[in-house]
Amino acid sequence: MVKKMKRIKGLSLHVMPFSEVQDLTIAQRVKKILNLVLGNKIVILHGRLRAEEEARLIEDTMALVDHVKNFKGIELAVIEPNLRDKNMMFKVKHNIAKRLVGDNTALTVIGPATVVKEIKRDPKKLEVMLG
Amino acid sequence: MLKILKRFSARIFGRLFRKRESLKIGFYGPPNAGKTSLANRICKDWTGEDIGQVSGVPHETRNVQIKEKVEIKYKGKILEFKLVDTPGIATKIDYEDFMKFGMKKRTAKKRAKEATQGIIEAIQWLDDVDAVIVVLDATQNPYSQVNITIIGNLVARKIPVLIAANKIDLKKANVKKVESAFPEYEVVGISAKEGKKMDDFYESLFRLSKNV
Repeated sequence: MVKKMKRIKGLSLHVMPFSEVQDLTIAQRVKKILNLVLGNKIVILHGRLRAEEEARLIEDTMALVDHVKNFKGIELAVIEPNLRDKNMMFKVKHNIAKRLVGDNTALTVIGPATVVKEIKRDPKKLEVMLG
Repeated sequence: MLKILKRFSARIFGRLFRKRESLKIGFYGPPNAGKTSLANRICKDWTGEDIGQVSGVPHETRNVQIKEKVEIKYKGKILEFKLVDTPGIATKIDYEDFMKFGMKKRTAKKRAKEATQGIIEAIQWLDDVDAVIVVLDATQNPYSQVNITIIGNLVARKIPVLIAANKIDLKKANVKKVESAFPEYEVVGISAKEGKKMDDFYESLFRLSKNV
């Protein structure tokens, strides 16, 4: 018996450098990301959103779930370097760089829940499971 | 001179009294972590009444529920606060998930709509709480983005945090994993359902209230 292989149709990744969203307001950033996600794209953002931006992203996502047919929400995960074991000097340098050029040492993955079933996250890796 | 002293002490004590009276402790966390179970346990222990309904279906709590006055007496100390139980925060809601629990399509859709509004309400309440107990399911992977987002928001708003690693009555529970995921915060392992380690929890709650 031949096993049928499941094929993923039209998987689209959008890699976004942090500079693309750096100068935008919270609302504009979230809107830009959600527009891409609504177009069934998985967004890979070079950098990470601030905590309040992540909360806003969840809020706006929930409002869209209510109003956009077949939109069920997002999967979101961030991976960033583990600074726990680094010395104080390294942490200071890292923080200064972060303030000057933004946090581009992290990677944020945001995808529509209909495409991304789950993002398994542990401190060192992300595993994106497609639905 | 006496008048000045009186006014000064009235102002200081007045402030302290107001602060204690309006202390609002929020219960946050992902769906099904046991926020309402813990809120119920506290309310039952100290007021004799439940605050909300508990079930195995996610998003059972879809509105913020408030117990106006909870007074805890522990080791000769008294803590009075307003308990705010919030809906679980999630990034996706699918009405079909509710249908797996035997709900009809229409009911499931209604519940999904209420759940999305509940999440928005929970996030908006972040601006209005003085301290937060983040309730996590100790049997689940603590590194979920929702947990990190909730705690990150509390830190950004300078709100004191206590993490309750719930469900320690279950074999799969791993409090150490929760502690290593959030090393900067006090983590207390409990079972809200069975009332295990609640003394440790109340002690931590008193410490949390001191940081407000």
